[in-house]
Amino acid sequence: MKRAGFTTVSLPVFLLLPQLVIIAVFFYWPTVVALQSSFYLQDPFGFGSTFVGLQNYADLFTSREYHRIASFTVVFSVLVTFFSLAIALLLAVKADKILRGAKTYRTLLMWVYAVAPPVAGFIAVIMFNQSWGPLTQFFGMFNYTYLVGVNFNDTAFAMVLASVWKQVPVNFIFFLSGLQSIPRSVREAALIDNASAMGRFWDVTFPLLAPTGFFLLIINITYSLFDTFGIVDTVVKGEPGNNPMTLVYKVYVDGFRGNDLGGSSAQSVILMVLVLALTIFQFRLIDRRIHYT
Amino acid sequence: MSLSKMRKLKLSMIVDHGVLILGSLFMILPLVMLLQMTTIPDTEIIKTGPTLKIGDQFDDNLYKAMFEASGFAGENSGLSMLKNSLILGIGFAVGKILIGMLAAYAIVYFRLRFATLAFWLIFTTLLLPLEVRILPSYEVVQWLGMLNTYQGLIIPLIASATATFFFRQFFRSVPEELVEAARIDGAGPVKFFIDILMPLSKTMIAAMFIIMFVYGWNQYLWPTMITTDEDMYTLVRGIKQIVQVLEGAVVPEYGRSNVLALVAVIPPVLVVVFFQSWFVKGLTESDK
Amino acid sequence: MAQVQFNSITKTYPNGFEALKPTNFTIKEGEFAVLVGPSGCGKSTLLRMVAGLEDITAGDLSIGTRVVNHVDPADRDIAMVFQNYALYPHMTVRKNIGYGLKNRGTAKSEIARKVDEAAAMLNLTPYLESKPSQLSGGQRQRVAMGRAIVRDPALFLFDEPLSNLDAKLRNQMRIEIKALQRRLGVTSIYVTHDQVEAMTMADRIIVMNEGRVEQIGTPAQVYHNPATTFVASFMGAPPMNLLPAVVDGGQVMLEGVSFGPAPHRGKVIAGIRPEDFSPDPEGDLTIHVDLVEELGAHRLLHGKLGEEAVTVHVANESVAQTGPLRVGVKPDALCLFDAVEGNRI
Repeated sequence: MKRAGFTTVSLPVFLLLPQLVIIAVFFYWPTVVALQSSFYLQDPFGFGSTFVGLQNYADLFTSREYHRIASFTVVFSVLVTFFSLAIALLLAVKADKILRGAKTYRTLLMWVYAVAPPVAGFIAVIMFNQSWGPLTQFFGMFNYTYLVGVNFNDTAFAMVLASVWKQVPVNFIFFLSGLQSIPRSVREAALIDNASAMGRFWDVTFPLLAPTGFFLLIINITYSLFDTFGIVDTVVKGEPGNNPMTLVYKVYVDGFRGNDLGGSSAQSVILMVLVLALTIFQFRLIDRRIHYT
Repeated sequence: MSLSKMRKLKLSMIVDHGVLILGSLFMILPLVMLLQMTTIPDTEIIKTGPTLKIGDQFDDNLYKAMFEASGFAGENSGLSMLKNSLILGIGFAVGKILIGMLAAYAIVYFRLRFATLAFWLIFTTLLLPLEVRILPSYEVVQWLGMLNTYQGLIIPLIASATATFFFRQFFRSVPEELVEAARIDGAGPVKFFIDILMPLSKTMIAAMFIIMFVYGWNQYLWPTMITTDEDMYTLVRGIKQIVQVLEGAVVPEYGRSNVLALVAVIPPVLVVVFFQSWFVKGLTESDK
Repeated sequence: MAQVQFNSITKTYPNGFEALKPTNFTIKEGEFAVLVGPSGCGKSTLLRMVAGLEDITAGDLSIGTRVVNHVDPADRDIAMVFQNYALYPHMTVRKNIGYGLKNRGTAKSEIARKVDEAAAMLNLTPYLESKPSQLSGGQRQRVAMGRAIVRDPALFLFDEPLSNLDAKLRNQMRIEIKALQRRLGVTSIYVTHDQVEAMTMADRIIVMNEGRVEQIGTPAQVYHNPATTFVASFMGAPPMNLLPAVVDGGQVMLEGVSFGPAPHRGKVIAGIRPEDFSPDPEGDLTIHVDLVEELGAHRLLHGKLGEEAVTVHVANESVAQTGPLRVGVKPDALCLFDAVEGNRI
């Protein structure tokens, strides 16, 4: 709040009203409903529901399928996060270094930000087409028969590849802007103190980029958990079957297709707790970020 | 400079450019492939897949994709999906910016007793994405009779405070003295907002618009759930149908499908590329 | 033009911090009053209360004959110049200066005439269609001034307006502001932490410290007759030397030398301005000079008198070497302060 804020009372209430109404109806209400129905078991034919306490949660924790999906989600998130951060960092460091064509490279490397995840999934489907997909043919050269939608690992790799492709640009933009905000004087001091470019990178540049990196870490985990829905859905062509899927996809499949509202809601709540933990962790990091800059 | 040192420098430059060129190819080749496939007949694709050949089918495929209806009800031509995507992208961006700006103005510039409460109510929404409450949100929209409507598509997506948070940060960075000077100059809250704050926020509004437009345009899960009428499909929502139709067909219409995928990609990409500097500024500053 | 009256004004923040203790004084019509003090002393708070940007916790504030505690800033008939100028960055100089008039519903032709007049007075005419970002620091400062004078207010408020300028420009603007105020004759309150600005510009100086007024007086009064040790050490560069002394047998004794009669008893603090020492082979006091600071027109000698650090100001033709130096003190130059409270005796 500003020191000399306006003292009118009715106007700010009026200004806040649209926002408050929308979040009440479309945020708080659904959130409460999710919490509530996670304690109920819905009749599959729509004839009411019964209170079952923590049964939905207990079912999940003992379900082998849920464990499998949770483990896959973890592996998937780690892979996507690691590769999209690593590739983006490499590209950003190079783009920051060169003088000629820097703007062109920046444009070429960032535009994929605007591509919708399902389109990335669609491209993966084509790339891995069983009879003529370029990447299927590439693997064929090593006598490997690549089978998206049939072989679990093959499908998972296609998902990871598409997710990384889609996420590199965001990380690239943040890393590049982080690099460019390192003061010239610091770089010059490092140049005098350390002759090796590699040494300068690990001793000076990398620690100064750490706050950006921490922040991106959270962003990327959130991305792998939620925003990859479109990629997963297109790569499995809407047919989950025995294919790999993420936790969010499971919420959708159980709740929307399987009509298991209670179980799906319990899964939602588990995800909420997960995201809350991540966000709180992120806010604490933001404090740290301010210290650095 | 010694000769060997110069050679080393040159080598490192070649490596730098090499890495960047590889990265750029990694990004761009998939789209080039989609484009190439739209220029050759579908019957050829199912034999050879994407090649380096450039055929003459693009115009036909573009026509088919944009103007000929597909789907089961035959109502979702590319043109109608493009219209829906634009409505979603622009409607979402405008709605979010307008609502966010007003709320942020109220929080930052007024001495309000319950400002802290409002702040927390609003900013808690940043903690949970729509995906985790997707089913109950669907039920609420259904209950309100907003399935297959633009309101049902757009408004629940607005129920998160990213824009509000962004404008709050920006307003707080506006020098304190400006509002004081304006008050002494006789400007009330409405006048200050219109005469001073809006013009000052121009770049920020533009940056936000780009980010929000792309975000709205690219929505997939929510439109998938909320729109079942084919004439409400957006381009990105349509991808799901494309994949399913391709799967079942004897001679899949790759040409036409790829055109639709490209049309789904090109508008947000153009916006991001053309307004790059605003977009980058908005993105890197909003998430701090 | 108006007088400004502070009647038991206080300011307490919601967290209980007392930014301003009960304050009473009056600024006369047409006077140029300078509020001076270190940061956090309450001077800006006081000014912002006059402007109506800060609530008054208790007491009455009147401008002219009207109590303005609850009057909106826009209706107080005041104009304010801010430290960072607070120009509207998206408006031209013309619009910046005219914005207040426009909000008052002044006719367009009248605004144009007044803006032109103010711009001419401030040598801003060539820049009227420029944006603030295209102007230099001094020019921005003038635009801020123009915005104030165009309104023809009863009272000018200046909040450290020169602190963002470089030294040379600061001296020049100091003279310009003072000259302008003289010409317009508008009552002015000027806040600064710079005692040189206060000395050179003020008709009357109000020295503040820790939310309290320490002394009100003309620059000469404040300089030569500081009311407290705080004022003595704050005004003047280098500050007044403050030396522990005793009053014994009705005589002030400093370093065993008598400095005339005093009614008090016991420990006191003796204040002597650096220029009130004079090198004198017959002088009573001996200073051990450690360092000579050459300033061109004069010199500063830093050294010790007994255990206490002292500074002596000497003309450029006199001695300039380290080592012992005998000095005398000009008659009536000694100010005595209470050793505990720091008040003048």
